[in-house]
Amino acid sequence: MQKKFYQPEAETMPVNEIKKLQEYKLIRQVRYVYEHVEYYRNLMDEKGVKPEDITCLADISKLPFLSKADLREAYPYGMLATDLKNCVRIHSTSGTTGKRVVAFYTQNDVDMWEDCCARAIVAAGGDKGDVVQVAYGYGLFTGGAGLHGGSHKVGCLTLPMSSGNTNRQIQFMMDLKSTILCCTPSYAAYIGETLKEKGYKPGYNSLKAGIFGAEPWTEEMRKDIENSLGIKAYDIYGLTESSGPGVAFECCEQNGMHINEDHFYAEIIDPDTGEVLPEGSKGELVFTSLDKEAFPLIRYRTRDITVLSREKCSCGRTFVRMHKPMGRSDDMMIIRGVNVFPSQIEAVLLNNGYAPNYLILVDRVNNTDTFEIQVEMLPEDFSDTPKLITKKEKKLQSAMKEMLGINPTIRLVAPKSIARSEGKAVRVIDNRKKLGINV
Amino acid sequence: MAIKQLSIFVENREGTLVTVTDAIAKAGVDIRAMSVADTNDFGIFRLIVTDVDKAKKALDEANAFVSITEVVGVAVQDEPGALAKVVKILADHNINIEYMYAFITVSKQFAYVVLRVAENEEAERILTENGIKLVNEEDMSKL
Repeated sequence: MQKKFYQPEAETMPVNEIKKLQEYKLIRQVRYVYEHVEYYRNLMDEKGVKPEDITCLADISKLPFLSKADLREAYPYGMLATDLKNCVRIHSTSGTTGKRVVAFYTQNDVDMWEDCCARAIVAAGGDKGDVVQVAYGYGLFTGGAGLHGGSHKVGCLTLPMSSGNTNRQIQFMMDLKSTILCCTPSYAAYIGETLKEKGYKPGYNSLKAGIFGAEPWTEEMRKDIENSLGIKAYDIYGLTESSGPGVAFECCEQNGMHINEDHFYAEIIDPDTGEVLPEGSKGELVFTSLDKEAFPLIRYRTRDITVLSREKCSCGRTFVRMHKPMGRSDDMMIIRGVNVFPSQIEAVLLNNGYAPNYLILVDRVNNTDTFEIQVEMLPEDFSDTPKLITKKEKKLQSAMKEMLGINPTIRLVAPKSIARSEGKAVRVIDNRKKLGINV
Repeated sequence: MAIKQLSIFVENREGTLVTVTDAIAKAGVDIRAMSVADTNDFGIFRLIVTDVDKAKKALDEANAFVSITEVVGVAVQDEPGALAKVVKILADHNINIEYMYAFITVSKQFAYVVLRVAENEEAERILTENGIKLVNEEDMSKL
C-alpha cells in the first residue's frame, strides 16, 4: 500500500497535543538559547524578559524578534548555540559578501531537517522504489542537500544531479526512470519546455510528481508544469535560517503547506507593529525553532506575508497550513530562486565607483526570471566606441554575480537619465507582479 | 592637425536621435559627416560638424551625453583604388583602424575619409610622408 505519512505519529497528532508538545519544547528552547546564545540573551535582557517568564505558548509574544540583520551582525558565530565540535554541517544564504548568513547544524539538526524533507517527499507520493532526481543546486544552498537527505531517509534511489545541464537532466530522467523531480519551479518549467522542444509528449516518462520551491510561483505556473511534465507539482517552503526546505510542505490536497509544527512554532504578526495577529489573519510569518541545537532561532521574522489555516485537511495531517507566500514585508526580491536585496546592488555600485542611481527590472519570460540592472555610466566609461562600454558592463556584471550569486544583465545608460524622485525612489520594477506572481 | 569628432551616446529608443539632431539644428551647426555604431541597447552617433564647440554646448544643454574624440581626416582622390592606397599605407606600418567612415562633397575631386586610430600623430606623419593629403578642422568647416 502507498505510504501516506513519513512520521504518522507526528504528522497526524491531535491539535491539542501538538500545542502541548510545542509549549514544552518552546520553554525548553528559550532556556537553551538564553543559556547558550549571548546575542539573544542580551536582546532578552534589554527587553527585561527572563526564560522563566515563558510558561505557555502565548508568552512567546514577550520575546524579542530576530531579523536577518541580527543574523548578519552575529556573523559568523554569534548565533551559534553549541560548541563547534558538535557541529557537522554549514549552509549559507546567498547574500552580501562577508555578510552572509551562515547556519550551523549538529547531526540531530541535520536529521530533523531531513525528516522534514522526507515528510514532503512522502506527501508527494514518494516511497522506497522511487527514483528522486534532485535538480536543486548542491553546495552552500540548502535545496540540494535537504531533498537529497530527505530522499535517503525515505529510502528512495537518489539522483544527485544538482542544477543545470538540462540535456543531461533529461537523459538521466529518461534512462534511469526518475519518478520525482525536485528543483525550483522555474527550472521545472524549463525542463518541461525543453522536453517539448525535443518532441516528447507528456506521459513519455516515468515522472509522477515534483517538489518545487525556493522561489515564488503561481497556480498557473503549477498547471503549466503539471501539463508539460505530466506530473503533480507540490510546493515546499523553508529558509536557510530555519534549516532549509521542508519547514512546510504541500500534501495531495495542494491547498496550502503543512508546517512541521513539532519542530517549528509559527506566528503571524503585523509587520509594522510586531503585534501577534489572531489565527486566520494575513500578516508576516514568524518562526521559532523548537528542537534546534546549533542554530536555534526564536521569533525569526521571515518577511514573508501569508495566512495560516487550522481548517481540517482531508489528507489526515493535523499540522497547520500556510498559504503560499503572498508578498514580502521588506524589499527582498527572489530572482531565479536567489534572494536579492537592492542594498546589495547599491553596495556593488558604490564599490565600483558608480553613483547609486539604478533601476532593477525583473520579469518572467518563458517561466524564467529575467533580471536587468540599469546603471548610469560614468563620464569616463564613455568614448566613441561601444567596446569600452560593453567591457564596463561585463566588469560590473561579474562584480554583481560575485555579490548576488546570479548574473544580472547590466545596461549602462546615460548619466542623469534615470529619474530622480523626491520621496522614496522607485528602484525596482517587478513585472512578475503583473503576471500574478506574489513576489 | 586632428579633427574633433562629436561622439554622442544614444539609447536605443524612440526620439533620442530627434533630441540630438534638433539641438544641433537649433544651434545653427551643419553636419558634415556622420556614422553610427550600434549594439542591441545603445548606439554611438559620431559627427563631424562645422562648429564643434557650439554643437557641444547645445548638446550639453539638451542633456545629451557627448564626448569629443580626435580623429584623422584624409582627402583621397575620388577614383578607384584611392582608399585602398591609404589603408595599405597604414597596414604596412601596423596601424590598426578602429573605425572609419567616408563622405563626398559637391567637389568631385576629393572624397573625405575620417579615420579613428590609436595614435593620431603617428598616422598623420606616415600618411603625409606617403603623399596623402590630410584635412584639418578649418578645411572641414569650409567644405
